[in-house]
Amino acid sequence: MTTLLIAEHDHETLKDSTNKALTAASQLGGDVHVLVAGGGQGTKAAAEAAAKLAGVTKVLVAEGPAYEHDLAEPLAALIVALAPGYDAFVAPATSRFKNVMPRVAALLDVMQVSEIIKVVAPDTYERPIYAGNAIQTVKSKDAKKVITVRTSTFAAAGEGGSAAIENAASAADPGLSTFVGEEVAKSDRPELTSAKIIVSGGRAMQSRENFAKYIEPLADKLGAGVGASRAAVDAGYAPNDWQVGQTGKVVAPELYVAVGISGAIQHLAGMKDSKVIVAINKDEDAPIFQVADYGLVADLYQAVPELTEALGKLGK
Amino acid sequence: MKVLVPVKRVVDYNVKVRVKSDGTGVELANVKMSMNPFDEIAVEEALRLKEAGKATEVVVVSIGPAQASETIRTGLAMGADRGILVKAEGSVEPLAVAKILKAVVEAEQPGLVILGKQAIDDDSNQTGQMLAALLGWSQATFASKLEVEGSDFKVTREVDGGLQTIKLKGPAIVTTDLRLNEPRYASLPNIMKAKKKPIDDKSVADYGVDVTPRLEVLKTAEPAGRKAGVKVKDVAELVNKLKTEAGVL
Ligand SMILES: Cc1cc2nc3c(=O)[nH]c(=O)nc-3n(C[C@H](O)[C@H](O)[C@H](O)COP(=O)(O)OP(=O)(O)OC[C@H]3O[C@@H](n4cnc5c(N)ncnc54)[C@H](O)[C@@H]3O)c2cc1C
Ligand SMILES: Cc1cc2nc3c(=O)[nH]c(=O)nc-3n(C[C@H](O)[C@H](O)[C@H](O)COP(=O)(O)OP(=O)(O)OC[C@H]3O[C@@H](n4cnc5c(N)ncnc54)[C@H](O)[C@@H]3O)c2cc1C
Repeated sequence: MTTLLIAEHDHETLKDSTNKALTAASQLGGDVHVLVAGGGQGTKAAAEAAAKLAGVTKVLVAEGPAYEHDLAEPLAALIVALAPGYDAFVAPATSRFKNVMPRVAALLDVMQVSEIIKVVAPDTYERPIYAGNAIQTVKSKDAKKVITVRTSTFAAAGEGGSAAIENAASAADPGLSTFVGEEVAKSDRPELTSAKIIVSGGRAMQSRENFAKYIEPLADKLGAGVGASRAAVDAGYAPNDWQVGQTGKVVAPELYVAVGISGAIQHLAGMKDSKVIVAINKDEDAPIFQVADYGLVADLYQAVPELTEALGKLGK
Repeated sequence: MKVLVPVKRVVDYNVKVRVKSDGTGVELANVKMSMNPFDEIAVEEALRLKEAGKATEVVVVSIGPAQASETIRTGLAMGADRGILVKAEGSVEPLAVAKILKAVVEAEQPGLVILGKQAIDDDSNQTGQMLAALLGWSQATFASKLEVEGSDFKVTREVDGGLQTIKLKGPAIVTTDLRLNEPRYASLPNIMKAKKKPIDDKSVADYGVDVTPRLEVLKTAEPAGRKAGVKVKDVAELVNKLKTEAGVL
């Protein structure tokens, strides 16, 4: 059997989520080829990085304007055009592939298995349902498998390969949608889904300014990524791409610091697999304390600056 | 332009579901069921289009057991014009739901279908994209802003890095994210009025779709639990524990 792994990249560098999805793809047992589809020069660099990953036997590159902005229709058409050569299609469950893969699955008449957290057998996987309150083991009866991978639960594959790089056969762009623009925040902080430490703020932050004044300095001391609860994002205290939870990003860092977050199940769904959880909340009965390894009952407006300062003294 | 909104009956988001002790699924007896929250957002958006004179009719459709008619009534009470219930027993996977919806779309000819981005029970996040594929239509998932431009659409989407805006050739599929709008509550008079609005009763057989599941659920289990840890008395103790006990600093 041969698996096609679709690579996540930012049109320059290959993303860590690709390495993690590769681990899942390799566990399916067959050969793994990687498709790198993108626009512009950087696609080649991403393909070269993919060729070095351990376990990859071939890299297919598709470069063209249709793939520059992650539009679903042309990328799905491309994957479907490549489908006859493959038995399984695997991609990380990032927003790009949550958008594209079900379209691929339907065109292949396959029921996709979303966000698997474990490969039990080549056709059997575990996936969370009900915001992670239950884990389902499902067996796919489809001839071809279409799978997205919850990257927070798979280790990243390392380097060590030297796969051949080929151009992918092209597919016509259905021309159904066009790119208008984007607002992508540039930040020097680690991305949420690959950060080793995350500091998140909730509704208690009260404003965008307080995020900048309390959460961000603490995050910077720790070299951490910054997250937020839905309540904080809805209120405009934090941008949408910071949302952690059932319907935001799912993260599993070494250390997750929840500040002024109550711990609703939808939030826990996104962070309860973190290795160490710290909660700072002034309500000693807040549900977040039920999952926190270290809970501090305190007013965040006092505790957070103190913590930031204490870390500074540690030489952080 | 007619707008079609598929709405799903799911366990209410406030309910903490329990896995059945025999591992055959989750306990659904006597738990509160509601409209999937993302579908409320979809209904709201359709109603706003109608109120702005951009849509002529809002039709809600649900695929599920007889009780899914309650979910349709919720949509009608919010202000949708009529409903379609496609009765189906047991599990209907997103691919089968999408196939049924395709048949409904072919009969109803909407200019726009708005779905939720994900149903909070199965968390699949698939149905809208699959429907777009089967119809050969354009798609915009995770919408936080929707504008009508003639028969086309401009949609702002929530993506991993921020926001992306794309233009869709109509007819189109849009799936809702949390920040598209804040759904209204149905008023009592509107709940009364909704009782008289028509719901078309259909069954899966009417559409000739094979709904045999492609995924076999072998078991459903409780996730690995996480125990509450300790409360620390102050910041100094916290830092000390993180450094010496947890080793994360
Ligand atoms: C369909 C759906 C999807 C959802 N998806 C998500 C999701 O992906 N992610 C997510 O996070 N939520 C999600 N939610 C929302 C979730 O249910 C909660 O509403 C949300 O997580 C609450 O955010 P919060 O903890 O910041 O706010 P609150 O629940 O209001 O908690 C604020 C906390 O701050 C504490 N506090 C207040 N002041 C201080 C102070 N000065 N010092 C210290 N502590 C203080 C309070 O004690 C309280 O515990 C979703 C909901 C629905 C219906
Ligand atoms: C083996 C198995 C057993 C299952 N058993 C049950 C069960 O006992 N009870 C149960 O409630 N569910 C059950 N489900 C889940 C359910 O039948 C389907 O998975 C579901 O119809 C698709 O929803 P989703 O969350 O996967 O789709 P998503 O793709 O996450 O849904 C996105 C959107 O699609 C639309 N949509 C989805 N489904 C419908 C629908 N039925 N009608 C109208 N619009 C819809 C909504 O707009 C929704 O917001 C089971 C699933 C499987 C695989």
